[in-house]
Amino acid sequence: MHIVVCIKQVPDSAQIRVHPVTNTIMRQGVPAIVNPYDLFALEEALRLKDQFGGRVTMLCMGPPQAEDALRKCLSFGATDAILVTDRAFAGADTLATSYALAAAIRKIGQEQAVDLVFTGKQTIDGDTAQVGPGVAKRLGLNLLTYVSRIVEVDLDARRIQVERRAEGGVQLLDTTLPSLITMLEGTNEMRFATMEDMLRAARCTVRKWNKDDAGIEDITKIGLKGSPTIVSKVFGPKPRSEKADMQVVSDSSVNDVCLNLIQKIFTTHSTLEEETVERLSA
Amino acid sequence: RSTELPEHLKAYKGVWVFIEHDRGHVHPVSWELMGEARKLADKLGVDVSGVLLGGPQDPLEAFAKEAYAYGADHAYLMRDPVLQGYRNEPFTKGMTDLVNRYQPEILLLGATTMGRDLAGSVATTLATGLTADCTELNIDGRALAATRPTFGGSLLCTIMTLAYRPQMATMRPRTAPMPRRDENRSGDIITMELGMIETDIVTKLLDFIPDASRNTVNLAYADIIVTAGKGLKNADNCQLVWDLARVLGAEVGATRAVTQAGWLEAERQVGQTGKTVRPKLYIAAGVSGAIQHRVGMEASDIIVAINTDPNAPIFDFAHHGIVGNAMQVLPMLTQTFRSHLDKRIRKVA
Ligand SMILES: Cc1cc2nc3c(=O)[nH]c(=O)nc-3n(C[C@H](O)[C@H](O)[C@H](O)COP(=O)(O)OP(=O)(O)OC[C@H]3O[C@@H](n4cnc5c(N)ncnc54)[C@H](O)[C@@H]3O)c2cc1C
Ligand SMILES: Cc1cc2nc3c(=O)[nH]c(=O)nc-3n(C[C@H](O)[C@H](O)[C@H](O)COP(=O)(O)OP(=O)(O)OC[C@H]3O[C@@H](n4cnc5c(N)ncnc54)[C@H](O)[C@@H]3O)c2cc1C
Repeated sequence: MHIVVCIKQVPDSAQIRVHPVTNTIMRQGVPAIVNPYDLFALEEALRLKDQFGGRVTMLCMGPPQAEDALRKCLSFGATDAILVTDRAFAGADTLATSYALAAAIRKIGQEQAVDLVFTGKQTIDGDTAQVGPGVAKRLGLNLLTYVSRIVEVDLDARRIQVERRAEGGVQLLDTTLPSLITMLEGTNEMRFATMEDMLRAARCTVRKWNKDDAGIEDITKIGLKGSPTIVSKVFGPKPRSEKADMQVVSDSSVNDVCLNLIQKIFTTHSTLEEETVERLSA
Repeated sequence: RSTELPEHLKAYKGVWVFIEHDRGHVHPVSWELMGEARKLADKLGVDVSGVLLGGPQDPLEAFAKEAYAYGADHAYLMRDPVLQGYRNEPFTKGMTDLVNRYQPEILLLGATTMGRDLAGSVATTLATGLTADCTELNIDGRALAATRPTFGGSLLCTIMTLAYRPQMATMRPRTAPMPRRDENRSGDIITMELGMIETDIVTKLLDFIPDASRNTVNLAYADIIVTAGKGLKNADNCQLVWDLARVLGAEVGATRAVTQAGWLEAERQVGQTGKTVRPKLYIAAGVSGAIQHRVGMEASDIIVAINTDPNAPIFDFAHHGIVGNAMQVLPMLTQTFRSHLDKRIRKVA
C-alpha cells in the first residue's frame, strides 16, 4: 500500500504574541512545529502500513526550514519525505496550495501508484480546512472528510469503509481507492518514535522539489498569482467600550452580591426571566 | 496579479445561501446566513436566493417557504434520489451546475462538516476564492469583504476575491444573529435537474448513526450557559456548575483547559477550537478569558465572570464581574437564583 501524508509546518500558536500597538505578529523565538492535527493523519497512515505493509510518503510545501517538520515525521516511522519548496509558491491561498500539492502527488504517483492520501482536519494557522477537499477534487480522488474511524480496507477489492463525523451523528461511507481522507483529531494517539527510526530520520535525505520537479504545468496557478483571495486588511479586535460592572466579594457580602447581580441581569434583559421561568415550567 | 473583474464575470448577480438540511431539519446556520445575505443584497441592490438540494423524502418546498420568511426572494431547487443524504460528489456537481447556469456573485455556506466539505470542493471546481470561518460579511465597493479571526482571534483580517466569481465564504453557526421571520414574504422556485444516476457515484452512504448525546448537549443554541474554567481546581467542583445550570435550565460549557483535564466532555468546549455560542446569559466561573475562549462567546448578550483575580482578562469584556472564589460564589448564586425563580414558577402554576 502506498500512502501520501500531507503536513504543514506552522508556528506554535500557543506561543504567538501580537504586538499590542502595531498589531503585528511577533514570530521571534516562536518554534515551528508539525501542524498538530496532521499527526492524527500520520498515525492513522502508519497503522495501515503496519497492517498492510508498503510505504508512507510525507509531503510538505513550505520554506526550506520545513525540512525539520518532515524529519520529525520520519522519526515516527514514515518511509520517505518530499519538501516542495520554491519562491514561486510564496503567497499561496488554498486554491494555489491544492494545485501545487496535487501536482506533486501526481509526480509521486509516477514512482509508485498512490492508494490513499491523508491530510489533517485543518491547520492551526490558516485554519481553513479547504486544502484536503481541494487536492481531492484536483486529483479526482474520492473525498472522505472528518473521518473518525477507518472501519475496513480491502486492498484486493480496492474498497475502503469509514465513519465520517457529520452534524448530529456519524455517516458510514463506503468507497473505492484511491481516496483522500482528512482525519479528525483525537481519533488515535501518536506512537513513540523508536531509536531506530530516530537514527534513520537523522540520516535520511529529505528530497527537495522545486516547481519543475513537482511537475507544475501552469505557473499562473501557483503562489500569489494563482490565489484568487486577497488579504485587504489586518487589524486588532475592537476593545469593548464600556467597562464591566464589578463587585468584590467578601465572606459577609456574598449573599448581597448575588442578589444584586440577579436583579441587574433580569432588569437589563427584559425577556430572560420570563423565558427561563417558561423553560423550567415546561 | 490581476485585481480587475473580467468582463464576462460582470454578469454574475445576486447573493446565494446553501441551505443545509439533514433528516428533515434545516441547520439554523442557514437562516443566520440568510439574514446576512439579505443585508449584503440590499447594499448591492440585488436578490437573495436559497439553494436546496435533496432527495424525494426531503420537504424542499417547505424549506423554500421558510427561506422566503427569512429573507430569500428565490429558491433554486434540485431534487434527485442520489441527493438523499449528503455526499460530496453529487452535491458538488449539483452546486457547481447551478452556479454555472445562474451565476450568483456571492455564495455563502455554513462552516459545518457538510458546508466545509462542499465549499472546498465547489470552490476548487469553479477555481474561485473561498474565505473560511468568517465572523463578519460586508460590501466594499461592489465586492464581498469577508472578515475572519487569525492567530486564534488576536488579529482579524479582511479577505476579498476581486477578479473571480462567485465570491465564496463560510461562516460558523451562531456567529451571526438569527434574523426575524416574516411570514408575509414569498418567493418563487427555480428547478434544475442533476442528471446523475446512482451507478455514476462511487461513494455509498451505508448508514447514519445519530449521536446518543444529540438531545443532551446543544451548546451552540442554548439560551443560558454556565461554563467551568480551570479555576474550579478539580473535577469534583464542576458539580457546582452543574447545580447552577440545573436551576437555570442551562447548558454546561467548558474551557479547553477543562476538557483537556478530562473534567468535562470535549463537545462542551467553547472557543476557537470548540463551539461558537451566543446565549442570552453566559456565566463563566474560574475562566481566565484567553483570546481563544473569548472568540467563541463574546457575542453573548450578558456575560458574567467570577474570578479571584481582579486583573483577569475576562473582566475586559464581561458585563458583570464578580471578584471572588467560585467555590463560594457558585453555591450562593445557585441558591439565590433558585429562590427567585421558584417564587415565579409557583406564581405561574
Ligand atoms: C491567518 C490566515 C488566514 C487565511 N485565510 C484564508 C482563507 O480564508 N482562504 C484561503 O484560501 N486561504 C487563506 N489563507 C491561506 C492559507 O492558509 C494557505 O493557503 C495555506 O497554504 C493552506 O491553508 P490552511 O493553512 O488553511 O490549510 P488547511 O486547509 O486548514 O489544511 C488542511 C490540511 O491540508 C494539508 N496542508 C495544508 N497546507 C499544506 C502545505 N503547505 N503542505 C502540505 N500539506 C498542507 C495539511 O494536512 C492540513 O492539515 C490564510 C492564511 C492565514 C495565515
Ligand atoms: C491553538 C489554540 C486553540 C485554543 N482553543 C481554545 C478553545 O477553543 N477554547 C478555550 O477555552 N481555550 C482554548 N485554548 C486555550 C486557551 O489559550 C487557554 O489556555 C484556556 O482557555 C484557559 O482555560 P481556563 O481559563 O479554564 O484556565 P486558566 O487560564 O488556567 O485560568 C483559570 C482562571 O481561574 C481563576 N481562578 C483561580 N482560582 C479561582 C477560584 N477559586 N475562583 C475563581 N477563579 C479562580 C484564575 O485567576 C484564572 O484566571 C486554545 C489554545 C490554543 C493555543
